[in-house]
Amino acid sequence: MRVWAWRLASLAVLCLIVGGWAEIAALKLLPPLFLPSPSRAWFALVAGFSRGGLLAKLEGTLAHMSMGWLAASLIGTALGGLIGSSARARAYIGPTLEFLRPLPASAVIPVAISIFGLTPSMAVGVIAFGSIWPMLLATVHGFANVEPRLLEVGRALHMSRLAVALKIALPSALPDILSGMRLGLTVALILSVVCEMIAGLDGLGAWELLAARAYRSPDIFAGVMLLGAVGLSANAALSVIETRALGWRGR
Amino acid sequence: MRGFVLPLLLIVFAEIGARLHGASDVLAPPSEVALAFVEALRDGSLALATRDTLIAAFGGLAAGAALGLALGVVLGVSRPLDRLLELPLEVLRPIPSVAVIPVALVALGFGYRLEIAIVSFACIWPMLILTRAAVAGVEPRLLEVARVLRLSPLATVVKIVAPAALPRIFVAFRLAAGVALIVAVTVEIAVNPQGLGAALMTAGQALRPDLTLAFLVWVGVVGFALNQLLLWTEARLFGKGAAR
Repeated sequence: MRVWAWRLASLAVLCLIVGGWAEIAALKLLPPLFLPSPSRAWFALVAGFSRGGLLAKLEGTLAHMSMGWLAASLIGTALGGLIGSSARARAYIGPTLEFLRPLPASAVIPVAISIFGLTPSMAVGVIAFGSIWPMLLATVHGFANVEPRLLEVGRALHMSRLAVALKIALPSALPDILSGMRLGLTVALILSVVCEMIAGLDGLGAWELLAARAYRSPDIFAGVMLLGAVGLSANAALSVIETRALGWRGR
Repeated sequence: MRGFVLPLLLIVFAEIGARLHGASDVLAPPSEVALAFVEALRDGSLALATRDTLIAAFGGLAAGAALGLALGVVLGVSRPLDRLLELPLEVLRPIPSVAVIPVALVALGFGYRLEIAIVSFACIWPMLILTRAAVAGVEPRLLEVARVLRLSPLATVVKIVAPAALPRIFVAFRLAAGVALIVAVTVEIAVNPQGLGAALMTAGQALRPDLTLAFLVWVGVVGFALNQLLLWTEARLFGKGAAR
């Protein structure tokens, strides 16, 4: 019960903050051009869905994000498993990965544009490239740090290398992989917004930037709120998957 | 040493592949990339772009990290305040930093201020969350000592909490610095016409794959060097593994 009381109090604080925002906007402490009132932003959001085609933009962003992220998840886990299960591969490939990891993924956008043009496949390629690193490194780490006694069991049972990877290493690396996928999802959302802005693709990024060019700030704020909601729900969905998939570890 | 085998092989293959393929608007052989790099170094465009990006990244990092640090310490020390602000922070945090670009663009226009605003928004979160965890994780017995000595809340933070949490706070700062560089380059690529990101875009649009790739490699080098520098500082200040 106490938890709920705190949650309610926290909700009250959130309402206070929104109220303060409304007050600042009503008193015009900041130019209304920069800061629309919360109600105007909300109506812009509703109007965008009812007649502005905002749903299509939302779908576009979700499609770019999820396609790139899924591709990165599959490739990242497979590659990470290969690299992580061999000490020799780690010695040869590890340093290169460490060098590439801090590279801002958005920096490959110009190269991707010259290869793919201003197309959705460019966005998916960039998103996949950018969000693969957390998953790749987490999988390498997970596969490299399997409890040695479990591997001895595999040897004693004469399991093949593939069977060891799928039945022992993969489940034990799963927590690492899932937390990598969660980080990757954040990166994927950011990159899909950036790609849409640059390439003018059908999505929330381009929609927001167009609103900025026309100084329609309620629309911009509506876009920010919507993107925040996307980030929040994507994260929540992954948390649910994480607790489901890792339920066996508690016992 | 073995770490160098793969990059060297890749460079050799890229060179041979690009030479066999002939001239291209998309990719360039590594030798031409190296020449373009020297060219950008000579005419000063590389230094200028790097300076602009670093000014924006460090400016945003300073503002965002200071704000995140202050909030993190307060929330880590005071459990009630932490619970009260839980929902507002949960709502704000998932907003992708780049989604705020248009808001800042309308209010601030192009230039350093736009970039610094976005970078600081992005840097607040890692700093806030890790600092809060570091402060909340301070050994309770140390806080008991503070209570026995009747230290004021401010003295407790300065004399007990800060030294105990500092190694982990520095890790947070290192992560935030990485975020700062990434976000700065991203803002430049997306809208802001200055710095390394804009140089990359311009080179790409001018169909100069050699120059584009030279800037790309340079961005990677800058990011790597920044990370190594902070790792080295961390080891010097706190000893290896102090953050664990």
